[in-house]
Amino acid sequence: MGKRLMLGNEAAARGLYEAGCEFVSSYPGTPSTEITEFAAKYDDIYAEWAPNEKVAMEAAFGASYAGHRSFCGMKHVGLNVAADPLFTISYTGVNAGMVVCVADDPGMHSSQNEQDSRHYAIAAKLPMLEPSDSVESKEFAKLAFELSEQFDTAVMLKMCTRIAHCQGLVEEEDRVNVEPKEYKKTPQKYIMTPANAIKKHPIVEERLCKLREWAETSDINRVEEGSDNEYGFITGSTSYQYVKEVFGDKYPVLKIGMINPLPDNKIKDFASKVKTLVVVEELDGIIETHCNTLGLNPIGKDKFTKLGEFSQTVIAKAFNIEKEVPFHFQEEIPARPPAMCAGCPHRGLFYVLHKKNLKVHGDIGCYTLGAMPPLNALDSTVCMGASVSGLHGFNKIAPEYSNGTVAVIGDSTFMHSGVTGLINIAYNESNSTVIILDNSITGMTGHQQNPTTGINLKGEPAGKVCLEELCKSIGINRVVVVDPYNLEECEKAVAEELEADEPSVIISRRPCALLKNVKHPGPITCDTDKCVGCTACMKIGCPAISMVDGKCSIDATLCLGCGVCGQMCKFGALPLRKEIAND
Amino acid sequence: MTKNIMIVGVGGQGTLLASKILGRLFVTKDYDVKVSEVHGMSQRGGSVVTYVRYGDKVYSPIVDKGEADQVISFELLEGARWVEYLSKDGVLVTNTQQINPMPVITGAATYPSDIEMKLKDMGVNVDAFDALSLAEEAGSAKCVNIVLLGHLSNHYDFTEEEWHDAIKACVKERFIDMNIKAFELGRNA
Ligand SMILES: Cc1ncc(C[n+]2csc(CCOP(=O)(O)OP(=O)(O)O)c2C)c(N)n1
Repeated sequence: MGKRLMLGNEAAARGLYEAGCEFVSSYPGTPSTEITEFAAKYDDIYAEWAPNEKVAMEAAFGASYAGHRSFCGMKHVGLNVAADPLFTISYTGVNAGMVVCVADDPGMHSSQNEQDSRHYAIAAKLPMLEPSDSVESKEFAKLAFELSEQFDTAVMLKMCTRIAHCQGLVEEEDRVNVEPKEYKKTPQKYIMTPANAIKKHPIVEERLCKLREWAETSDINRVEEGSDNEYGFITGSTSYQYVKEVFGDKYPVLKIGMINPLPDNKIKDFASKVKTLVVVEELDGIIETHCNTLGLNPIGKDKFTKLGEFSQTVIAKAFNIEKEVPFHFQEEIPARPPAMCAGCPHRGLFYVLHKKNLKVHGDIGCYTLGAMPPLNALDSTVCMGASVSGLHGFNKIAPEYSNGTVAVIGDSTFMHSGVTGLINIAYNESNSTVIILDNSITGMTGHQQNPTTGINLKGEPAGKVCLEELCKSIGINRVVVVDPYNLEECEKAVAEELEADEPSVIISRRPCALLKNVKHPGPITCDTDKCVGCTACMKIGCPAISMVDGKCSIDATLCLGCGVCGQMCKFGALPLRKEIAND
Repeated sequence: MTKNIMIVGVGGQGTLLASKILGRLFVTKDYDVKVSEVHGMSQRGGSVVTYVRYGDKVYSPIVDKGEADQVISFELLEGARWVEYLSKDGVLVTNTQQINPMPVITGAATYPSDIEMKLKDMGVNVDAFDALSLAEEAGSAKCVNIVLLGHLSNHYDFTEEEWHDAIKACVKERFIDMNIKAFELGRNA
């Protein structure tokens, strides 16, 4: 079989396939999403989107317990959600091999924080492998299953944006056939009551010692000789690539492929052979801190920042190697931030929130873009689900705000962790209004199905959660559905529900404008004879609308004919939805 | 020696397909190749960049300031934004199409005038042309990426057939003819 370009994520999925993995359950999150999407393309793997990362990890654990190799993947913040099962699965160990992938996002290309997930491996006392390119993404995924079964432990695979979303050449190999492990009822291994768990803890510590011994001899942590031992680098992941890019084979490198547990003797031995020891790692100084406990005190975070991504230039600069940047455009270049797409159903609803000057507890998804000018219609965004739970606390303690405050949350995010917050609103009775932005897809991460869409990861018809029924059954009596393309309808519903003296839910329902199966009337045109250039249509922040020579102009390559701008125009220069579509 | 190409544009313009075709071409010529993409947030109309690197052995997945042998820009302002990444002898192949970013649309910022001329005055080797019209001529504005590749191909020694093969391997069967036409229009522009 030949070599082919593969994303790190595709290579990791190939690794799952070749390792005989049979079960995958994940929740999407950039930059981890494609591992699961690629895994789903193999008929030999059962793959699904779970409602959240905790459910995914527990499902993968169940599959391992049943005797089949299993996997779950998530982004770094997803591991916070799944941390509860993670820490105790460390105690139970596994039956068939189980691999947990976490993908960090240094530089925060599409994340709300920059946490370093390597801390989790140390805290949960689990082995963690860290690939540095697509080849290793596949190799380490396979190795992770071997280690998992050999050491009776879940194994973590740590990706990051530049590994996950970089294509490199990978050779495909055959899938191995792994016989399912026998299921045996073993209460002392799997029932983590205090009496059993207290006996497991020493086993976990012992396991770490054995893994450390393995790490000492395995070539996953390898020394690459150099011609000059003035410096010696300990590094891994992307940082390894940047060090090699700058110095090639000049200085010796100890490349770390297993970040936990670290090989003490190998590190000490390496350090003894070089004049100055340098640790290069993105985000926190984890290898460095470990070196310090060994009394080595390398150069580390005193020279390399804890912030953002590295690059070859970051390494070069730290060693005073100047690089020429010959061209610099002198004028200020306007930023090009992402914006809600033309025709996005979130826009109309957000315009109403903006117009009514409401306090809006926001959440995570495409609708977070409602925070951008000219809508400026968000007051907070923390983590998935926080809009609903935060609104409850806000309204409970400051009821004087409740008539002017709402929460907004997407369909996928509501399924992920909004519903528990809504239960709290119903149970503890805050006078809160929650708006579910139901665009029938998980938009932000690139169109994944979720429990409200009625389709599964493999594209087949599946169970479908009915949002109205769900809200009613947990005790919300006022549930109303609106069309976000209809501003009047939205405004009326928002006013009524805020006015009402009990909890309520507004479901703003329109499928994402980018979904392939959604038909659009097509671009509208502005009647420039009627347009007076009042710029009212600009208030909705649609990328298809701009002012040309003092008149509204519609970009026909972007406009889908949603008709929201027509409702802004008092002069009839832009058509209304009913004039362009028959829905 | 490792060669560095950057493809820059606006989310939704099809930069990923262009990098896929380049990656494919270099692989068939037995080079080591890395292609870094952006997914997620910036795809919603934001400024996007992909890196393509090839050579005997490629380490870093990214191209840094002052390193790019070619910057292929799908939009004029993006060409100006990323010109810092161009090396001294590098060439900026750019579409002359202008797409207003949100701050320009809302009036918070202005789109700089005469970008092409200013870049040339800076001493940048600019190869600018109207790729959008050619894409439309080929059959769809979506072919802008292939028109640009066609134009870029003049800076390489690969044969026309090798480029065609790479395109055929990466686009859907029913779009092949349109894309080959787009490639030829770009190559002859
Ligand atoms: C704990 C956690 N998991 C995953 C993500 C990645 N992520 C960001 S937004 C989002 C879902 C957005 O879907 P939805 O709520 O339906 O809103 P839409 O983007 O469709 O408007 C996901 C999965 C995250 N930020 N946090």
